[in-house]
Amino acid sequence: MSNKTFLAVLVVAMLLFAVAPLMIAWAPYEATMGLVQKIFYFHVPAAMAMFVSAFVCGIASALYLFKRNVRADRWAIAAAELVALFGLVVLISGPLWARKAWGVWWQWDARLTSTLVLWMIFLGYLLLRRYGGPGSDKLSAGMALFGMANVPFVYISVNIWRTVHPTTNVVMTLSPGMRGAFWWCVAAFMLLYVLALAARARLEDQRARLEELYLALDDDLA
Amino acid sequence: MNTFFSTAFLVMKKDLTIEVRSREILYTTLFFAVSCVLVFAFSFVRDGRPLEDAAAGILWIAIAFSGTLALGRTFERERHGETLRALMMAPADRPAIYVGKLLGVLAVMATVEAIVVPLVGLMFQAPILARPLLLVALLVTGTFGFAAVGTLFAAMLVRARSRDVLLPVLLYPITVPVIIAGVRGTAALFQADVDEPMARAWIGMLLFFDAVFVTLALWTFEPVMTE
Repeated sequence: MSNKTFLAVLVVAMLLFAVAPLMIAWAPYEATMGLVQKIFYFHVPAAMAMFVSAFVCGIASALYLFKRNVRADRWAIAAAELVALFGLVVLISGPLWARKAWGVWWQWDARLTSTLVLWMIFLGYLLLRRYGGPGSDKLSAGMALFGMANVPFVYISVNIWRTVHPTTNVVMTLSPGMRGAFWWCVAAFMLLYVLALAARARLEDQRARLEELYLALDDDLA
Repeated sequence: MNTFFSTAFLVMKKDLTIEVRSREILYTTLFFAVSCVLVFAFSFVRDGRPLEDAAAGILWIAIAFSGTLALGRTFERERHGETLRALMMAPADRPAIYVGKLLGVLAVMATVEAIVVPLVGLMFQAPILARPLLLVALLVTGTFGFAAVGTLFAAMLVRARSRDVLLPVLLYPITVPVIIAGVRGTAALFQADVDEPMARAWIGMLLFFDAVFVTLALWTFEPVMTE
């Protein structure tokens, strides 16, 4: 992504986020939960970004493991960090909503538990990368594959088990008034995600180039 | 196909032969599992006596913790004896080596569970003989799923730094579904009014997890172990 494209997309994303509160305020109240339901407009897009990122990390890791594509590994790191980030948004906005809607901060139902587990798998990825020493790039790639396999499970957990968390039906059957605000926020979050991913992957690229330069100059001096 | 399984059995036989002679992993894992059960039994008390409903959970915690130990020790032994290099250089299918290691770990865990399960039954008055076949099916499928992922990660981590702490850090989030299924299924069997359909449902879930984990593990073992 060139600097110009990045800047353009950044401006668009900022505009989307600037207008988002207005869109959310204009959206109708939900019948039972009232104002509290409006966390939905950030909670669900963040979760979508988290799932997308887990897939990106998994696919990039597969490319790295099986095709030895080193660039893919850098995208994998970026994507894993974003799973942790957007996962944090989900796991904070969720309980804030839950406290008001269900009366408890947390429930060990299928959806919440599996989301937490997914988040922890990618945290494990990051820990391994940081503290695992040499060779941890391949190992974490293997870890990311398990994480990616987890995502469909997290998604359908609400449909299989009777959970306190709403089912996947909600997004498909949104009332017309809410659809505008919701998809606006989805667009905003997805643009933010793409920007963050590109920026982070670029940082890894630069670090790798720096490494190469260090090593190359070392050889010259010796 | 034939060489695959004969290689796997060869690796397993090697591990078990060493184990039978030294019994190091077996004794230490067994002792640790029993200590686990004791510590948890004393931690979960009501009116000064152990909580009987906690039996299923405590059993699976003991399996998970002692299993992690056994996994770490299996590969530590390879690293210590510097036989890992030989194993990797052998003209054998890498996945076959994985399966051989897995079978060795399963043998150790089966022996440990054969002692821990009756112990839990004794300490918590848990009806382990109410539906013995279903209980065995739960234990087999659950331990298999746990060991399948564990063997992969233990092998992956054998050359990494901080490998002892990283193994549980990486293993537990991924095997949480297996533990949940194991605990819920076992709890369904231990309750006064045994819930067989529930236990069967959880066994089905465990079979699903086992299939996914083993497939992923076989697929990634080769590229992860090569440079």
